[in-house]
Amino acid sequence: MKIDKNTINKIARLSRIKLDDKESEDYIKDLNSILDWVEQLNEVNTENVEPLSNISSSILPKREDVSNDTNSSEEILENAPDKLEGFFAVPKVVE
Amino acid sequence: MNNLIKGEKHDWEMVIGLEIHAQVKSNSKLFSSSSTKFGSSPNSQVSLVDAAMPGMLPVINKYCVEQAVKTGVGLNAKINNYSVFDRKNYFYADLPQGYQISQYKYPIVGEGKVTIDFKDGTSKDIRIVRLHLEQDAGKSLHDQNPSKTYVDLNRSGVALMEIVSEPDIRTPDEAGMYISKIRSILMYLDTCDGNMQEGSLRADVNISVRKPGDEYGTRCEIKNLNSIKFIKQAINYEAKRQIEILESGGSIEQNTMLFNTSTGKTRPMRNKEEAHDYRYFPDPDLLPLEISKEEIVKIKSSIPELPDELKNKFIETYKLSNYDASVLTAEKQTSDYFNETINSDSELKNHAKIVVNWITSELFSLLNKNNQDLNNSPVSPENLGQLIKLISTNEISGKIAKDVLGDMFSSGKTARQIVDEKGLQQVTDQGEITKVIDEVIAENPKMVEQYLAGKDKLLGFFVGQVMKLTKGKANPKMLNDILKQKLNKKN
Repeated sequence: MKIDKNTINKIARLSRIKLDDKESEDYIKDLNSILDWVEQLNEVNTENVEPLSNISSSILPKREDVSNDTNSSEEILENAPDKLEGFFAVPKVVE
Repeated sequence: MNNLIKGEKHDWEMVIGLEIHAQVKSNSKLFSSSSTKFGSSPNSQVSLVDAAMPGMLPVINKYCVEQAVKTGVGLNAKINNYSVFDRKNYFYADLPQGYQISQYKYPIVGEGKVTIDFKDGTSKDIRIVRLHLEQDAGKSLHDQNPSKTYVDLNRSGVALMEIVSEPDIRTPDEAGMYISKIRSILMYLDTCDGNMQEGSLRADVNISVRKPGDEYGTRCEIKNLNSIKFIKQAINYEAKRQIEILESGGSIEQNTMLFNTSTGKTRPMRNKEEAHDYRYFPDPDLLPLEISKEEIVKIKSSIPELPDELKNKFIETYKLSNYDASVLTAEKQTSDYFNETINSDSELKNHAKIVVNWITSELFSLLNKNNQDLNNSPVSPENLGQLIKLISTNEISGKIAKDVLGDMFSSGKTARQIVDEKGLQQVTDQGEITKVIDEVIAENPKMVEQYLAGKDKLLGFFVGQVMKLTKGKANPKMLNDILKQKLNKKN
């Protein structure tokens, strides 16, 4: 797989990152060399090997269904650039 | 049954599949300990995990997993011992993580089916593709300010079960029956409160149209419908729109649509070209979810009777009709009420049909009129049972019982109290009834003559006169028998 200009632009748009031409060129180079490097793994024969979903062999820890009724709204809203009556206020997004 | 829509050149068939989002009934969220309470002040139930503060890690709620398994069993579905949580990536103001934790390739529940019953006695299976667990997003308010959107994250991270059907549905009515059935199963299992108004249960509808027998057409998805009425309206509108495009030679563009509840129309969402690039990948913060066979067996054993089982039991035990039994079992509160009523007195088992009628017609109409629910009915099952017993033992007539029920409803008194206080007991004393009949016969010699001359209809007149004199309390059967006897003796 090769990353071209279209792909890099799409990835940037999906990630909400703005890249200028110079940056795009740099990322195309970087990502391609990463992919080439990972490509080497294809040399290993993985027939009959289950895909590994996690390197830890422990079991997913679970919690009981207990709610804590602490109201952290002040903390939560502390970093918000704009807020009103307990709500986050963001530029209008209407579908 | 004809499910087709008439077109200009040929008939059209709708092909419909539903994705139902059901909020898990739990105290805390799927991956955090914040409360799930509805209607609290904005952002008051948001932990640092829900707000996606850097470094926060999700820890799964064991109860939510069990509820999903329970629901899977209720949908006659395969429970997967191994499932994986993935990140579904998209940007929106009410999604602080920038991704929703969901399940993609390995859902917790696999293929299942539910049955819908039609009025004419036939039924149909709707196949389920899967059920998976995922997080809800926050809530955006767009109409409070001309330039701002307000965001409340209280719902962010609440556990949802997404139930995906095969495109087995063919009409708006079937879609409505399907979601009602799912709702009923969820409420029996107590895994979701089924409250569509509060958004605990909502659906995305996939719809396409085709010439019967053809391949599936291109579909559109209508997002986020929260009432059965809107689901039907949206399907009707969207099917018509698609047929019009196809008949005028156009083609359907695959699209995500929004339904405007005030105009009844659908319109495409913006940014559609990117809408489906979610870049799913396994969430590195969460290990795969493994459920042992023993756990599944344990959960299965905790499952209560479901509507279909209960329906068959009612038909079997009380010899009820399929229709009566399905009305009783459609909602858990109705079947519970019926059970409590009929078990409140051993005699009532022999009068099951009467019990059904008093609940589904008399009591329901009083509740409707007063905008009340069976859950907070002023007439308890025991009291209704007592009233029905008074009817079945001939202490009061059915007609008087209706007034008594109205009185019980408004005063909260028991049937016994009202009957005793107002002296409404039926007159079952043969002597007393005979006395009144004799009186009526003596006062109306002409009528008697006409009756004897063959005007059988006049029997009603005599019954009416006796009832009037006894204030409706004469036992109708005794009255009829004695009256006929007396009149015929005159012959």
